[in-house]
Amino acid sequence: MTWAARAVLPFFVACAVLASAPCAFALPKVAVGSKAFPESWILGDALTELVEQSGTAVAEHKKNLGGTEIAYQALLSGNIDIYAEYTGTISEVILKTASRPGLPEMRRALAGAGLGVSQPLGFDDSYALAVSPGAAARFGLQRISDLKAHANLRMGLTHEFLGRSDGYPGLSARYRLEMSDARGIQHELSYDAIASGQIDVTDIYTTDPQIEQLNLTLLDDDLAFFPRYDAVLLYRLDLDTRAPGALAAMSRLVGGIDGKKMTHANGSVALHKTSSETAAHALLEDVLGAGLSPRTSTPGAGSRIAQNVARHLELVGASLLFAILLGIPLGIAATRSRTFAFLTLTGAGLLQTIPSLALLAFLIPLFGIGVFPAMVALFLYSLLPIVRNTLTGLTTIPSSLGEAADGIGLTRGAKLWKVSLPMASPSIMAGIKTSAIINVGTATLAALIGAGGLGNPIMQGIALRDTRLLLEGAVPAALLALLVEGAFYLLERAVVPRGLRIFARVS
Amino acid sequence: MIVLTNVSKSYGPARALYPTSFTVDSERCLALVGSSGSGKSTLLRLILGLIAPDSGSISIAGEPMEPGRAQALRLRMGYVIQDGGLFPHLTAQDNATLVARQLKWPRERVASRLQELTGLVGLTFEHLHRYPAELSGGERQRVGLMRALMLDPPVLLLDEPLGALDPIIRARLQDDLRRIFRELKKTVLLVTHDLGEAAFLGDEIAVMHHGALVQKGTLESLSREPSDAFVSEFLNAQRPRWADGLGSP
Repeated sequence: MTWAARAVLPFFVACAVLASAPCAFALPKVAVGSKAFPESWILGDALTELVEQSGTAVAEHKKNLGGTEIAYQALLSGNIDIYAEYTGTISEVILKTASRPGLPEMRRALAGAGLGVSQPLGFDDSYALAVSPGAAARFGLQRISDLKAHANLRMGLTHEFLGRSDGYPGLSARYRLEMSDARGIQHELSYDAIASGQIDVTDIYTTDPQIEQLNLTLLDDDLAFFPRYDAVLLYRLDLDTRAPGALAAMSRLVGGIDGKKMTHANGSVALHKTSSETAAHALLEDVLGAGLSPRTSTPGAGSRIAQNVARHLELVGASLLFAILLGIPLGIAATRSRTFAFLTLTGAGLLQTIPSLALLAFLIPLFGIGVFPAMVALFLYSLLPIVRNTLTGLTTIPSSLGEAADGIGLTRGAKLWKVSLPMASPSIMAGIKTSAIINVGTATLAALIGAGGLGNPIMQGIALRDTRLLLEGAVPAALLALLVEGAFYLLERAVVPRGLRIFARVS
Repeated sequence: MIVLTNVSKSYGPARALYPTSFTVDSERCLALVGSSGSGKSTLLRLILGLIAPDSGSISIAGEPMEPGRAQALRLRMGYVIQDGGLFPHLTAQDNATLVARQLKWPRERVASRLQELTGLVGLTFEHLHRYPAELSGGERQRVGLMRALMLDPPVLLLDEPLGALDPIIRARLQDDLRRIFRELKKTVLLVTHDLGEAAFLGDEIAVMHHGALVQKGTLESLSREPSDAFVSEFLNAQRPRWADGLGSP
């Protein structure tokens, strides 16, 4: 086998294995989305189960999408068909209007985008400010207006709340608050922070079970700043023609879930570590009563891990393959022109400095959510080490040998394939290995845009403060990185010519 | 035949070669001597077309060396480099047959040519499967010679081929080189530091100094009528010192 064939073959074999995707189904598919907090997961699981039970379609739950903007973009682009949203969020974040429209107006405004809004599910999950029992007692806090006199209270606010017009910016303007210490914090962590006394005030959702558990005081919204956040279903209008009956099956939830039922379901997930699927099933039994067939078992941890690992490998493998196919030619081209080398390395270097989350968010308008944009992001991150190491490998070949290759009459192509690339192969392989290992780590963030992989249990583990779930993602990810390291050791033996290894030992 | 007509080369302000003309006749060997930096290597690289001259022209076996046809013309020249210039990732055999395989020679032709050359340069079949790092310096140089002879080119260019070898191996290779040049009737340009080697292998010797060809002729004519002080000094410097102690020459 020629050197080139030996070099390329393992990658194609690896790619073929990774690319084996699930086959097509006869039933139409419905993709249910959910945002990154337990209540959204439970509602997503409940909708999924309702579709499955009705037999009208095959449902897939794209769980844990990073935020409202990501879920909404996913809905618009058809990556998901439906998800549970809140009326206040629709008016403030999606329609960006302060006029507090009613349901008919919302429907009119969204119909243009091909979207529909259901009747309310029954509960109102509003934003509210909560204070620790200690602070409430000490300062006699009851209303949001009371905060004005205590500007040095420490606030820990979720990042979305800090950015939304119906969040802190609007709130502080309406109440003329000038708090000295308002910082961003992850929602679930804010409960730990307030319980341990590190912050005094936080934003909460009124159906959070921790309010009762921690005996927090909800401040009265005395200037009526917050709109209503009635839970509704936000869906694509083409859903009913594509999967007849599916929307009707899901609409059985409408009007059935009151605040108490929702808070209870949230508590079983957030406080008692029940899976969101189980909590959703219990919620459905609670809401719909009998007539629900026994729940089909959710996949066990073993097959869940296998599924996540397979998806993770698919993300890393495909992005790496394309980075190799583009990166090596770019590295070769860079040896021919200093300007091109400078531009390429600077460009690839800049890409690497963009934080992963920002890059993912940036790619959503272009490619939507899911596996593809995640692969694009990983591909962009993989480029620099491969381009740089190809260039380094080629430019560090002793000049006498480069001259020998020309002098004995090799053509440009023969010199590249028979001399330069084989001699640069140890450096190129090292670059590919670096990219692969970085990718195994970075791919965990792909879960934030619904691409799945080992990031799923990690993100959910963080959200639930569930170490076991977190380790279910983190341990396989770490093992995978080691495995990649080992695989490259073997691959190097296959790709790097034996003579070079002897040469390296001797010299 | 190698013909140079008024060939000159500068690197920026530094003059590497003043306008130079000379001819190496067919089936003759010209040895190019001179100290380091005298322009010998520049001359060789010009003839190979690795660099282009600022002025003048070069022709190899009747064909002009021009940028567009350099690669094709190099196939008519065998090039032997100091320490062999072998590619470390290829076995001796793969090094020797690299260009023949590029030209898509049939397998049998490559094999029979390889067999011929192995005997000619004094190697055994067993050497062919070793990598350069597993060969001695002399063996590497013999593989380099095989590679240069593979296509049976009319012209051979040797750039200090024996520079890095110990004296006994060097002497053996000098014997073999002289036999091969004569047997195969090659037109040879040999660059060397060593006047003894130049006299032993070359029909004529050309002395280079500061980028100019100062004298060309047999060793006898050079020592009888050195054209300038440098030539006498160069000749004197390489007179074997140990011979003085043995009495009169």
